[in-house]
Amino acid sequence: MAEMEEMLTVAEIQEVADRLRRRTLDMVWRAQAGHPGGSFSLAEILACLYFRVLRIDPSRPDWPDRDRFVLSKGHAAPIYYATLAERGYFPPEALDTYDELNSILQGHPDMHTPGVDMSSGSLGQGLSPGIGMALGARLRGKEFRVYVVLGDGEIQEGQVWEAAMAASAYRLDNLVAIVDWNKIQLSDFIEKAMPVDPLPDKWRAFGWHVRECDGHDVAAILHALEELRQVRGRPTVLLAHTVKGKGVSFMENNPAWHAKAPNEQEYLQARTELAVRR
Amino acid sequence: MPEQIAMREAFGQTLVALGKRVPDLVVLDADVAPSTRAVLFAQAFPERFFQVGIAEQNMIGMAAGLSTLGFIPFTSTFACFAKRDLDQIRITVAQPKNNVKVTGHYSGLLAGKTGKTHLSIQDLAIMRTMPNMTVIAPADGVEVEKAMEAMVAVHGPAYLRLARDPSPVIFDASYRFEIGRAVTLRDGSDVALISTGIQTPRAVEAAGLLQAEGINALVLHVPTLKPLDVDAIVAAAERTGLVVTAEEHSILGGLGGAVAEVLSEHRPTPMARVGVRDVYAESAPNDALLEKYGVTARHVAQAARSHLAKWRR
Repeated sequence: MAEMEEMLTVAEIQEVADRLRRRTLDMVWRAQAGHPGGSFSLAEILACLYFRVLRIDPSRPDWPDRDRFVLSKGHAAPIYYATLAERGYFPPEALDTYDELNSILQGHPDMHTPGVDMSSGSLGQGLSPGIGMALGARLRGKEFRVYVVLGDGEIQEGQVWEAAMAASAYRLDNLVAIVDWNKIQLSDFIEKAMPVDPLPDKWRAFGWHVRECDGHDVAAILHALEELRQVRGRPTVLLAHTVKGKGVSFMENNPAWHAKAPNEQEYLQARTELAVRR
Repeated sequence: MPEQIAMREAFGQTLVALGKRVPDLVVLDADVAPSTRAVLFAQAFPERFFQVGIAEQNMIGMAAGLSTLGFIPFTSTFACFAKRDLDQIRITVAQPKNNVKVTGHYSGLLAGKTGKTHLSIQDLAIMRTMPNMTVIAPADGVEVEKAMEAMVAVHGPAYLRLARDPSPVIFDASYRFEIGRAVTLRDGSDVALISTGIQTPRAVEAAGLLQAEGINALVLHVPTLKPLDVDAIVAAAERTGLVVTAEEHSILGGLGGAVAEVLSEHRPTPMARVGVRDVYAESAPNDALLEKYGVTARHVAQAARSHLAKWRR
């Protein structure tokens, strides 16, 4: 079946997001590697996509009519894998092999993993394959939509703007970009490292239909994505305001947690905080 | 004078011929279609042609995306710019083994008056180091056509190296190209001239010059740099005991490097490498560049003579 057998409520999607954060924490803790900050900022966005928005069938990862998803900010792989497992692309036990030798779960997304539509990890590259997929849908006469999640730091890469230009030139209204706008990159706050503002104006200037929302408010994300579905004749972008490290007090808004694994004390505290949240 | 065909004309015509047979073939161009002759495909199949503008990185990513839907994208840009999107090729084409055919036009020195920015003498070396990548450098327009047919028939990433200006035709329509197979164009027992790409007609010419002096040169054409025909290279070395490689490319990492790797492991053989030494070239008429940077037939013949003198006397 393409559709979820029963549509999850907003509260249930939030529960999924909370579970994704806990799984991600466990993965990063176990592997002592990975990117917790930019994974946690994505929890609600991925939960909304995989448990409501995307037309997918985990039992048929290669279903030709499925919606496509590209995680351009490939370093959020831990929560991406947690999402794919939660949705049934592979057993949750596989998450314990993350970053291990011979695992199906590489440090950054790889097309050989069930459910991964495009390899990514070198930043700025994901929107371009998304355009190829959206153009391909048009050529094949298919109705599917393409969703690409970008980091706000990675849009410093010039290729993103090459792609932004092309997507609007081709009038790809089956292409949706979602920017995880958490305001922090590896080295520092984006505003200090290399400002990307004014973000809405930049996308508008490139011919995109722009929508903003609270990237941690499930109802708001769902509403925004539904609204974007109605736009015709040009690509759409959802600028989702998020908090890097969301859900763990000492990780929130702290650039140090871009790519850091917690020690035991930090892990236990984070686990406690993620368990009680909501 | 033998017949001359420009590889880019063969490329454009073959795209059209393949386009008729292969409905999934699509072409992406980074603003050079009139030069690479991809424009012929654009005219024949406008709905399957994508002008991406001057944006090679985006072009490769788009091609990768299209390939996931079963399309067979050819990307069209100059060899010098096909290096501008190497990371995109690495991540979205080579690593996931996506079925994208990257073509590098105006390679080598035959884009003479453009200067060092546009002369591509490292593409074979760079592409060859990418796992999963097939790397092909045809000798003439006929082989361009045959190689493109073979590339389309085999699923996976590939790089095709092409030259701009008309060059001698050495193959006829009956020639059978096979990916990974080298071709002995001439037998000989004194020295093996192992060549690739547009340098091969010059190696054949060099063998003629040597013949006039009583030197019997074997000519082995290696159109596929990867996968390399190890057996044919070793056999040529066994037959002659002396090897000269020839390429319109840097002597570092291209055919010369590849042959040295193979022979040092399988059959250590004295070697000389003809190609561009470790320098960038410059703007000049083609013939002047071939002469100054040492890749004419005369240079190949001279390298063989010196090599023989050094090791046989």
